Amino acid sequence: MAVEKRGAEAIVLIENDKVIKTRIKKDYRIKELDERLRTERTRAEAKIMSEARRLGIPTPIIYDVGRFDLVMEVIEGPPLKDVIDEERSRMAGVLVGKLHGGGIIHGDLTTSNMIVKGDRIYLIDFGLSFYDEMLESRGVDVHVFYQTLISSHKEHERLMVAFADGYRSSFKEADAVLARVREIEYRGRYKTETP
Amino acid sequence: MRARSIIKPELMHCERVLGIEGTAWSLSAAIAGWDKVYAEASNPYIPETGGIHPMVAAQHHSMHIGEIIRKVLESGVGFDGVAFSQGPGLGPCLRTVATAARALALAYDVPLVGVNHCVAHIEVGRWQTGCKDPVTLYVSGANSQVLAYRAGRYRIFGETLDIGIGNALDKFGRFLGLQHPGGPKIEALAREGKHYIPLPYVVKGMDLSFSGMMSAAKEAAALRPREDVCYSLQENAFAMLVEVTERAMAHTGKDECLIAGGVGANSRLQQMLGEMCEARGAQFFAPPKKYFGDNGAMIAYTGLLQLKYGMTLPVEDSAVNPNFRPDEVDIPWL
Repeated sequence: MAVEKRGAEAIVLIENDKVIKTRIKKDYRIKELDERLRTERTRAEAKIMSEARRLGIPTPIIYDVGRFDLVMEVIEGPPLKDVIDEERSRMAGVLVGKLHGGGIIHGDLTTSNMIVKGDRIYLIDFGLSFYDEMLESRGVDVHVFYQTLISSHKEHERLMVAFADGYRSSFKEADAVLARVREIEYRGRYKTETP
Repeated sequence: MRARSIIKPELMHCERVLGIEGTAWSLSAAIAGWDKVYAEASNPYIPETGGIHPMVAAQHHSMHIGEIIRKVLESGVGFDGVAFSQGPGLGPCLRTVATAARALALAYDVPLVGVNHCVAHIEVGRWQTGCKDPVTLYVSGANSQVLAYRAGRYRIFGETLDIGIGNALDKFGRFLGLQHPGGPKIEALAREGKHYIPLPYVVKGMDLSFSGMMSAAKEAAALRPREDVCYSLQENAFAMLVEVTERAMAHTGKDECLIAGGVGANSRLQQMLGEMCEARGAQFFAPPKKYFGDNGAMIAYTGLLQLKYGMTLPVEDSAVNPNFRPDEVDIPWL
């Protein structure tokens, strides 16, 4: 059985026990640039996922890296979105702290991009990830996570506190980032609700 | 200190506003109504060599602002308020224009309206193209932003982390020995380019960085034909801009895209945005060419919208704001 999901950047095909993620060609840019970007990003995504795993963050195993596609392990389990509680939110905080401590920004930290399998949480979809140690990038990463909590979970305040606890426990610079998150919320730059 | 506009619940009846723009090189005044521009006069500052010098630009503005205001007044068309570009922009230029606007509002005993320059670019684009709720790519000298309306304001979804694309192109033009503004000349050279030279492509989420790309382009210019460097620079920079615009459209679920700002006049950039929109079943809107660059009509029209919603300024609270961000302005009309 095959399931296909089409996003703005890539097509994700789930086939039996494999995920095949193919980056889409963009006709608005010239061929040389288009192919260069798709190749660079496919390789960078594979590299960042392996790097994250070395930092102790569960990520899907990569079976193969093509020119424009990645073949990965399927992680069976519900998205964090459907089974979140305070303990799991704390665990997510620990993982994101490790990721940031390793100089990686996920770029799309939603509760749909975290899969619960057994007693572990897997981070998936590193399509927008990049290396960065700036406070702003880390702050935006955490802010995006908080926004998904606020928009889809009633208990969001307690979940945010639990996440921050976990984040602090695994990342020395957590306090500075969490202060920046409040600033980002305050200036309303990415805000989705009226201030 | 930023002066805050107060929104009154009752709408004001108004027909026309006199607006003055003068945030940087452009000095322009116009009287605009709901469906047309009644009068317009401009006298842009064009540096003989180098780029825009803020003090020299301000001196130019103070020398010529009287004559351009006189020209629009000679049209004999009345107005219900005076609007000025309150920011963002070069401090000395903003202060010159604000002084003239205050004097005019007091002399004619009409309300004073402070307009955000970025918001005015979006509003004149919506006015001229008829699009309703677009994701706007605003690209000018100092600004490169992706904006969209959400919860009462134009939110900035992505922007440059270092220099604006217009200034980057102008600087590169000067490096090649071209006269300011360099953008249109680079566009002409790029049409003759054939070979793409890989340049740094820096997109972080929905934010952009151009400084590394500019350094690499300068290095390449020493070794390769300038046509190829200009071609590569445009292809690289515009692909970055189109990519973040598409990301913002996917993120917000909007299906209209508007281009605004001086760099928006570039036909290759318009073509790329058009192709991106077509591929995702969205509509692309570009205003008439004269509304890309800074102009008085956009300030007058946006001032008219603000006046209708009571967003006026007492003279004592009308200080300019060189760092005025578009997401500080309430947008009650959308």
